[in-house]
Amino acid sequence: MTTVKLSVNGKEMSAEVEGRTLLVDVLREKLGLTGTHVGCDTSQCGACTVHVDGKSMKSCSVLAIDVAGAEVTTIEGMANPDGSLSVIQAAFKEHHGLQCGFCTPGMVMTAAALLKENPVPTEGEVRAYLEGNICRCTGYHNIVKAILAASGQDVAAMAGE
Amino acid sequence: MYNFDFTRPSTIKEAVAAIGAGGQALSGGQTLIPTMKARLAMPETLVSLTGIQEMKGICTNDAGQICIGAATTHAEVAHEVAKSYPALSDLAGHIGDPAVRNRGTIGGSLANNDPSACYPSAVLGSGAIVKTNSREIAADDFFQGMFTTALEEGEIITEVKFPVPQKANYQKFVQPASRFALVGVFVAKFADGVRVAVTGASGEGVFRWTEAEVALSKDFSAATLDGMAAPSADGMISDLHGTGAYRAHLVKVMTARAVVAA
Amino acid sequence: MPKDSGIGVASKRREDFRFLTGRGKYTDDVALQGQLYAVMVRSEVAHGKIKKIDTEAISEMPGVRAVFTGEDFSEVGGNPAGWLINSRDGTPMREPKRPVLAHGKVRHVGDAYAAVVAETLQQAKDAAEKLAESAVIEELPAIVDMAGAISDSENRVHDEIDDNLCFDWGWIEDNREVVDKALTSSPHVTTLQLVNNRLVPNAVEPRSSIGEYDPGTGEYKLTTTSQNPHLTRLLICAFVLGIPEHKLTVVAPDVGGGFGSKIYHYGEEALVLAAARKLGRPVRWTADRSESFLSDAHGRDHLTTIEVGSTMDGEILAIRTSTLANVGAYLSNFSTVTPTFLHGTLMAGPYKVPHVYVNLKAVFTNTAPVDAYRGAGRPEATYSLERAIDKLSRELNLDPIEVRKKNLLTPDQFPYTSPVGLIYDIGNYQNTLDKAIELADLKNFESRVKKSKSNGKLRGLGLSTWIEACGIAPSNLVGQLGARVGLYDAATVRVSATGTIQVMTGAHSHGQGHETAFAQLVASKLGVAEDAVEIVHGDTSKIPFGMGSYGSRSLAVCGSAMDRAVDKIIEKGKKIAAHMLEADEIDITFENGNFTVNGTDKSKSFGEVAFSAYVPHNYPLETLEPGLEETAFYDPNNFTYPAGAYLCEVEVDPDTGKVTICSFTCADDFGNVINPMIVDGQVHGGVAQGIGQALTEQTVYNEEGQLLTASYMDYTMPRADDLPFLKVDHSCQTPCTHNPLGVKGCGEAGAIGSPPAVVNAVVDALNRGGHAVTHIDMPLSPHRVWQAMQG
Repeated sequence: MTTVKLSVNGKEMSAEVEGRTLLVDVLREKLGLTGTHVGCDTSQCGACTVHVDGKSMKSCSVLAIDVAGAEVTTIEGMANPDGSLSVIQAAFKEHHGLQCGFCTPGMVMTAAALLKENPVPTEGEVRAYLEGNICRCTGYHNIVKAILAASGQDVAAMAGE
Repeated sequence: MYNFDFTRPSTIKEAVAAIGAGGQALSGGQTLIPTMKARLAMPETLVSLTGIQEMKGICTNDAGQICIGAATTHAEVAHEVAKSYPALSDLAGHIGDPAVRNRGTIGGSLANNDPSACYPSAVLGSGAIVKTNSREIAADDFFQGMFTTALEEGEIITEVKFPVPQKANYQKFVQPASRFALVGVFVAKFADGVRVAVTGASGEGVFRWTEAEVALSKDFSAATLDGMAAPSADGMISDLHGTGAYRAHLVKVMTARAVVAA
Repeated sequence: MPKDSGIGVASKRREDFRFLTGRGKYTDDVALQGQLYAVMVRSEVAHGKIKKIDTEAISEMPGVRAVFTGEDFSEVGGNPAGWLINSRDGTPMREPKRPVLAHGKVRHVGDAYAAVVAETLQQAKDAAEKLAESAVIEELPAIVDMAGAISDSENRVHDEIDDNLCFDWGWIEDNREVVDKALTSSPHVTTLQLVNNRLVPNAVEPRSSIGEYDPGTGEYKLTTTSQNPHLTRLLICAFVLGIPEHKLTVVAPDVGGGFGSKIYHYGEEALVLAAARKLGRPVRWTADRSESFLSDAHGRDHLTTIEVGSTMDGEILAIRTSTLANVGAYLSNFSTVTPTFLHGTLMAGPYKVPHVYVNLKAVFTNTAPVDAYRGAGRPEATYSLERAIDKLSRELNLDPIEVRKKNLLTPDQFPYTSPVGLIYDIGNYQNTLDKAIELADLKNFESRVKKSKSNGKLRGLGLSTWIEACGIAPSNLVGQLGARVGLYDAATVRVSATGTIQVMTGAHSHGQGHETAFAQLVASKLGVAEDAVEIVHGDTSKIPFGMGSYGSRSLAVCGSAMDRAVDKIIEKGKKIAAHMLEADEIDITFENGNFTVNGTDKSKSFGEVAFSAYVPHNYPLETLEPGLEETAFYDPNNFTYPAGAYLCEVEVDPDTGKVTICSFTCADDFGNVINPMIVDGQVHGGVAQGIGQALTEQTVYNEEGQLLTASYMDYTMPRADDLPFLKVDHSCQTPCTHNPLGVKGCGEAGAIGSPPAVVNAVVDALNRGGHAVTHIDMPLSPHRVWQAMQG
């Protein structure tokens, strides 16, 4: 066992890990941050997406020990400081961009990464950026709408509504 | 996943020593970690290459080659070479998905040499040089079949040097589930000729389509390919997602599209 | 002014805050003191005789606390099928026992034959791997192909079933000869053989279960990923483990999608309970994705021949289908009703067809069990019918839209008794078709074809006019047809002293937004704020009873139960108010949250009445019990019949065979709509799954019974860039005539109506491009489309 220190959602944390302990296991099992989910074994569904040093990563395919010292942001750290929903989270609610909620944390983290890189994406750019996030409920329609809305665009027009 | 010892050296020298002692190199881990989770690999020691600063970053050398540290992520390559080598940037920017691109590295991809990976086609198509801790290997010598390279035990890729062609383009037709290349074609036009490298199609991994290279070197236009036969389907991968004949057909289609887009 | 709350308003979902901030509580998020981890040991061969399992070999491994095999459960019952189907000759279906763990034989890759429980997950995996290495399983020939299975008496999935046939069903058998004659005398007969491809449901949350046992009280608790906690409890108690039903609580907390796959009781649920009892500690199990592929109930998997007889101008005279339906290695709970009463009864579609006969043989194979997946039987019927009508139109050189118009039932024909036994209560199929045509801008279609052509692409148009039957009922009728359960539902409305309301419902929400929509329903009827209503679901200890959520039944059945319970609250409230207002009960009217004496301004608010019920100082105690809580059970007297028209436009890349969905338009009739935003979302998701079936998803077993599509590396889930924005409309509304809300189901519509629209569009595109292609089996992957174009 090795002690790994991480800054998670702005708080310094440490956990005892084995070499094989995945970042997602530290978050879920050691730190009780169960908002980050696991939906597959092949790093494709994206439910486990978190930010590591400001970049989106699949926490099911990163060893905790390999990112020791990193700053990690999870879905639990995405709301405004007063606890209210951030612009992206609020857009997901406003546009019904979630149903069962299981893929949602990964979708929000990916959306945040996209809008940081590309503040006003096209519909095609949003869809392409979601390549690594699978949703089975929404047909992506309202997820794409929510992300476009969070970027300040007129989504009703873009969605032909 | 089986457990293992873990080390994260900060220099190439330390990494080579650790790997020489029997360790398995771990770069971005976007293939290796899922493989280990499925208990299909069981290294006793993992040697992470993510902490080696001298293996990261991109520069241009005196010969005008773009030199990319082996531990540079796909996202960094996509961003950094957007102006200097747009075709390479575009290829790197479409590997996996954004999260994978933030973690996966060029060195890791090349050392694995997945027959459906994108990078091998750029390296072979550009006639790049793969630099290791001990030598420099020409792309034509580096790829030696599916999941097989010229790397020897204990040898690690440290850098890849890309000559910049006059024109180039990569066309990927995705395997719809994995989003790896069902067929990917990298076309690069240099002053002294055209190189066409194909990934995804052959059971032997990335290869050069020499007939197309000869024809395109004479006349770099899609029309040149019209009268040509597609490459032979013999040895092409046949699976759920497409027969060898389909892949062979796609090689020609994607080559033509790459020529037009270059 | 638009309303901002109540029925018909797009109230934002109250569920969303917890999901968007990482506070959802899914089964695998539940951590318990002293918990142990179970890992299932699964067969790597499709068919084999279990010769030896050496549990001793691992009993001393680090952390191992228990090992279970089929032997441990040989004395307990099996997991039954929920519906008895009789064959055409009157004999009952063959129903082999489905054990908790495979015993004697393994029957599909992924069939669990042992389970290891250890202190940590990795220790359990290590031991499970070792156990698998030491197990001796004598491989038997795999039975994979359905046609081969029923003609093979040597190789048997179940030794006692000589021809691997579960049943040979005819619907309606008495009509068989009439239909044969009608087809023989039809001027034109279209015949089409098609595959309805096997699908893996792939809820993004894998199945997960936690068992607890309290030796002090003898009480069990199962926390599990279920759409259907009461039925799970019933099955475990009455059939599988024999636990007294009052000693088991089943909790289905937040559940990350179901689509049918989480309706059923699975062996892992019984295993964690039995292990918890044996070890006195909580035992948890969570599937990884590859286990989900191998062991979740799959969907569809039909091979069908359909014949449609018609006049030369396209009037349908008779329909006959003959189907092989794969049930896999064991009968999952709904596996026998899905291909029969949820499929054959829909074979007349929304059309006036005089004669229909359906024959269906259900076949055992060495593959994962197949059961209801979103739509369940109805997509298979719709696909057969809508593909055949399209082929018929092409053969007769008729416009497929006109052929549908010619055959659609008209509004004056309802109620309509179909030749396959359903009574459609109401509909207006012309309206939805006209609406779809308008929304899809069909008048400019030809110019879009030209534009595509100038870009080197082939454009095509596909239509599907569909109907489905959902909210399956009534219980006495389904009982006659073989159902082993009732299909009513229940709700309790509990008003607190301060006037806030808890509603306990037998529905289970795993994405459908019940907590919001049901609150709208109850709040608007009681005239209180939506925030004053809380919906409680998914816990058998809190809810009177329920049959869960599937088959688009939640609003029509569970919502109606809720409506009835609210009626009882209002009736009691009137009695209380009458006393308080010193008036006669019959003079009290309840409106907008107030009990008012007719013709006066004397009234009491709902809150005042609730308070009085709990602080009964001024209260008719002589004639009325205090308190304000009512329960209603509701058993519908018919299905509901949503219907609609879907139009799909595609482009085909002739060089690669790749299909792009350019537009997809849905005009649906769901009757009254409670929350249009949620209904839109249901249709979006259903259509995406239908497009997935049509274009990308396939489940492939090879001849050895190995699953070749066992991960997202090979099973193609639709992604965001596979789909366009969808046009969805449900403004055409013919309210259901027999439930108090006038509502119909909407959850499965998209998955039912969309696959034939997509395939029809691709076939149209290819024909417009000069390729005389009559049919391509789903999924229409680039490779398959390209091959079809090669002739």
